[in-house]
Amino acid sequence: MQDQNLCAAENRGVKELGGEHVGWDEVTQGIVLTSFNGDATGIVHQKAEERHYSDFNSYTASVASWRVEKPVFNIDVCIDCQNCWVWCPDTSIISRDKQMLGIDYDHCKGCAVCVEVCPTNPKSLLMFSEQTALDTALAAWPEKKKKEDK
Amino acid sequence: MAEKFDIQDREVWDGNYAASQALRQARVDVVAAYPITPSTPIVENYGAYVANGYVDGEFVMVESEHAAMSGCVGASAAGGRVATATSSQGFALMAEVLYQASGMRLPIVLTVVNRALASPLNVRGDHADMYMGRDSGWIQMDAFNSQEAYDLTLCAFKIGEDHAVRLPVMVHQDGFITSHTAQNVYPLQDDKAYDFIGDFKPVDDLLDFSRPVTYGAQTEEDWHFEHKAKQHKALMDSRPVIDAVFEEFEKLTGRKYNRVESYNMEDAEVVIVALGTTVETAIVAAQQLREEEGIKAGVVAIRCFRPFPFDQVREALKGAKSIAVLDRSSPGGAMGAFFNEVSAALYTTDTRPLVTNYIYGLGGRDFSIDEAKRIFKEQKAHADAGYITTDIQQFSGLRGPKLGYFQTQRG
Repeated sequence: MQDQNLCAAENRGVKELGGEHVGWDEVTQGIVLTSFNGDATGIVHQKAEERHYSDFNSYTASVASWRVEKPVFNIDVCIDCQNCWVWCPDTSIISRDKQMLGIDYDHCKGCAVCVEVCPTNPKSLLMFSEQTALDTALAAWPEKKKKEDK
Repeated sequence: MAEKFDIQDREVWDGNYAASQALRQARVDVVAAYPITPSTPIVENYGAYVANGYVDGEFVMVESEHAAMSGCVGASAAGGRVATATSSQGFALMAEVLYQASGMRLPIVLTVVNRALASPLNVRGDHADMYMGRDSGWIQMDAFNSQEAYDLTLCAFKIGEDHAVRLPVMVHQDGFITSHTAQNVYPLQDDKAYDFIGDFKPVDDLLDFSRPVTYGAQTEEDWHFEHKAKQHKALMDSRPVIDAVFEEFEKLTGRKYNRVESYNMEDAEVVIVALGTTVETAIVAAQQLREEEGIKAGVVAIRCFRPFPFDQVREALKGAKSIAVLDRSSPGGAMGAFFNEVSAALYTTDTRPLVTNYIYGLGGRDFSIDEAKRIFKEQKAHADAGYITTDIQQFSGLRGPKLGYFQTQRG
């Protein structure tokens, strides 16, 4: 039902940034890293999967190992308000045409800001331990909470 | 288009004015500065050039010297020709960002008017700030008078911006002695000066949207060592470029600069090695001693402090018997920094002349011809005896009982 890898380019998430062991004569001048291979004019209008990211783009690198808990996204509850997309400090919420699609687990560090700002009832994003399978997490989703009488 | 600034073939400029004119003629795009004594007039003048339409650049007013150099780093990474000026405490506050500039290989030009570092607070000149910057990865050149402050600032742009170099460059001059003393200066006309420097050709500029780049990446143990090695190589490899720029400048003006300057060194037996305005004082003393007492005195001055001209220092001093290295900076619990560097160069020679260290002129204390003569005469005594007859480190011009450290061998 949910494709967690919708936006993955081919070489995506395969290496930790800085993990290349190259000689001093091979490193770039001034540690200046190019983000894309070739001309990047108009790249802002391309979708992530269409772009030619360079090896030195953080999009290509993975920081998944930093995470202890992960947010899981439940599309059945989501109202596509884009709150999580706006707040995510690592641009790890995958959204297309204002539709929530999933989470970029290569770059999400598990900060839970998305869960905090999610306004639905129950929340459409919840934190689970890293090893919890997607199906298990979705099966354990809580029911809608009733409003307390005032 | 900027308005024309009228300058004569001969002007009476102080060091600050000379440096600011060089910045104007280089058509600097951005100057981000926080004025500090004694370098204040450099950026003050530059601000006036901007206000009066003599330059098309931007003057960025910032909240501190740390912000000034940060602004320069940003503007330089964006693809502009960038310069600023500072002294002493301001230089110290810039220190962190100096390493950012050199590490990112940004050819910023910084005019440093040398001044003592507090405490105690002091606005006068010594070389404490110059030595503080020596490991920051910048090319460091030293001007001994106003003319040289002007000339070397022009050269600084051409050297730093050379695509084989791409490193920031400091041009030093002595606080007040150079910066506030008006002298004859023979400037170039604007077009000639600009043609010498050439247009700025940016590399990896942030404003090139067809090729986005990341500046200031984190590297840790995976890359840091390699990047620092590459930076060191760039600094060492800048030597032929500096020589070539000096040569081109000589063709243009007739004024010849060398990374190591030698005076009367053909037959000199006793030598003073110094920096800044002291060099000219020492030259006068050497000439007088030659005429009056027949002492074969010579002077060696380091024009290019970084990259350190190790081989040229050895070459220049190979015939000397006794050498005084003058440090205009508090030694801080060691032999003087300059002494250590010159001694290291001499240690690898076969002749290994006698070397002593004089600490002098701190906080603007005057250095006279008589004092230079006394130092030469002490060197003569060492040379005649064949060993160092005094302490290896002495404080010269200090009030109170004689202060010195480390006795040496006796005959």
